Amino acid sequence: MSTTTLPPTKKDEPVSAPKARASDRARSERKLGWLLAGPAFAVMLLVTAYPILQATYESLFDYRLTDPENRSFTGLTNYWVILTDSLWWQSIGVTAFITVVTVAVELVLGFGLALVMVKALRALRPVLRAAILIPYAVITVVSAFAWQFAFDIQSGFVNSWFAWLPGVSENTDWFGDRWTALLVICLAEIWKTTPFISLLLLAGLAQVPEVLQEAAKVDGATRWQRLWRVTIPNMKAAIMVALLFRTLDAFRVFDSIFIMTAGANGTESVSFLAYRQTIARLEIGLGSAVSVLLFLAVVLIAFSFIKLFKVDLAQARGE
Amino acid sequence: MSTRKKVLWGIGAAVIVVYCLFPIAWIVSVSLKAPSDLSNESFLPSQVTWENYELILTGSASDLFLPALRNSFGICLIATAISCLLAMFAAYAIARLDFPGKKLILSTALAVAIFPVISIVTPLFNLWRNIGLYDTWPGLVIPYLSLTLPISIWTMSAFFREIPWEMEQAAQVDGATTWQAFRKVIVPLAAPGVFTTAIIAFFIAWNDFIYGISLTSTEAARPVPAALGLFTGASQFEEPTGAISAAAVIVTIPVVVLVLLFQRRIVAGLTNGAVKG
Repeated sequence: MSTTTLPPTKKDEPVSAPKARASDRARSERKLGWLLAGPAFAVMLLVTAYPILQATYESLFDYRLTDPENRSFTGLTNYWVILTDSLWWQSIGVTAFITVVTVAVELVLGFGLALVMVKALRALRPVLRAAILIPYAVITVVSAFAWQFAFDIQSGFVNSWFAWLPGVSENTDWFGDRWTALLVICLAEIWKTTPFISLLLLAGLAQVPEVLQEAAKVDGATRWQRLWRVTIPNMKAAIMVALLFRTLDAFRVFDSIFIMTAGANGTESVSFLAYRQTIARLEIGLGSAVSVLLFLAVVLIAFSFIKLFKVDLAQARGE
Repeated sequence: MSTRKKVLWGIGAAVIVVYCLFPIAWIVSVSLKAPSDLSNESFLPSQVTWENYELILTGSASDLFLPALRNSFGICLIATAISCLLAMFAAYAIARLDFPGKKLILSTALAVAIFPVISIVTPLFNLWRNIGLYDTWPGLVIPYLSLTLPISIWTMSAFFREIPWEMEQAAQVDGATTWQAFRKVIVPLAAPGVFTTAIIAFFIAWNDFIYGISLTSTEAARPVPAALGLFTGASQFEEPTGAISAAAVIVTIPVVVLVLLFQRRIVAGLTNGAVKG
């Protein structure tokens, strides 16, 4: 049985602005368009393109703020130093681990949340919506503290509540070991960002035509078959957009790590490594190089998502 | 739906509500515990005390927390206002006018939205020191635009597409210029979308941590999340757990109020911007 989707319907063109009839009007419209959108465009370039170019330039120097006299051009040495250092590969590993684990769990959990929101009684929906927005809107630092205090060996309740689990006791130090610390970091991230995914998936669910569900039901498809053959294929665009945004977001993980472990016990992410080089150690050259590498990694992920999975953002945006 | 199913979905809904509110309830509970009560190993305080709130609002930690609160409100409101103003014009052009470059602006907004913040921080840290913007309000407002502007453009252009544009044409038929039609007809219709965008942009600015800790050094500009992250106890032997929790609860209140008041709109804004079929 193949997947069932409706053929994409052609979007209505805007009714106004008859093209190329009055060229004067077209020209003035174009002028007005850039006049209105230009400032926003310029500001966006200024706050991102300029810094990344500056970082690229500075990454070619051996440059410490504490020793500005000895700034010297060293070409790609900084990149060589980073790429041959095990710290870099460890931070890449940690970042990739957090990204894969959180995004995978969030996708499944978010889908469940979205299904419950669709099926729950109409009267419950505003309550659910408000509840689900709260993790999204809470400051990441606050969420990180809440989870840290919960697992803390002194102030936490987790150890006493879950002492019956094998491996958990009164004295379990969750932040003393790499993998348990990463587990708590992942939990905090998952709690905070699953609601966002579930809202995107909910919007996608709403786009699945009811007709197809009915047709599948008449044809005798089980609930499971309907989910896999009708629902999911029809909301592929929403899933992909949610996946892309969350992957890139997770790859920049910083706040929770800073609060919970400050990068101790091998829990340093790439963002944290860049922060530590630049702000804490004032190694502008090395820090810039890490920043540029992180930027390239993000570009690579975004590019492969769009190429590999054919995420059509324009289609997803209704253009 | 049968009663059994209704009950099952109802239980599912209850689980979600608990899931969403549990950590919040926990941090509220911690904020109400006395220092000696912190290690009572139970979820609730054995006795409710307000001393943590006193500590950060009037006590010894108030000169750390209150300026940070003022900075956060000021900087986030300014950044939100600027990005909404810029995005309003841009979104109007994108939703309404036919001009080449529309796609370019939207893809740029997307690219900026996925930009790793730390890559902006590194060069700005050095530049801000040289030109005197380090540890100032404008020094944070400018980079905050990189967070708030892209989402504002996306969300607002999604909202603006839904506006009944015939009304603008009607105004133009009646003799209004393009600009007049925008100001007198569209602005009132667009206000709800602009307002929702402002809330979402504010959330994002309010959440910032990296810029806050990297580009400030004193209470002159340090926002709340950064102040919380760098908070230390009254002495080095005292864990500031209670004070941090109380501060965390206070900065969560405005967010919860906004969510409760405008939940329907916020959901529409978040999903309109990202997914539309």
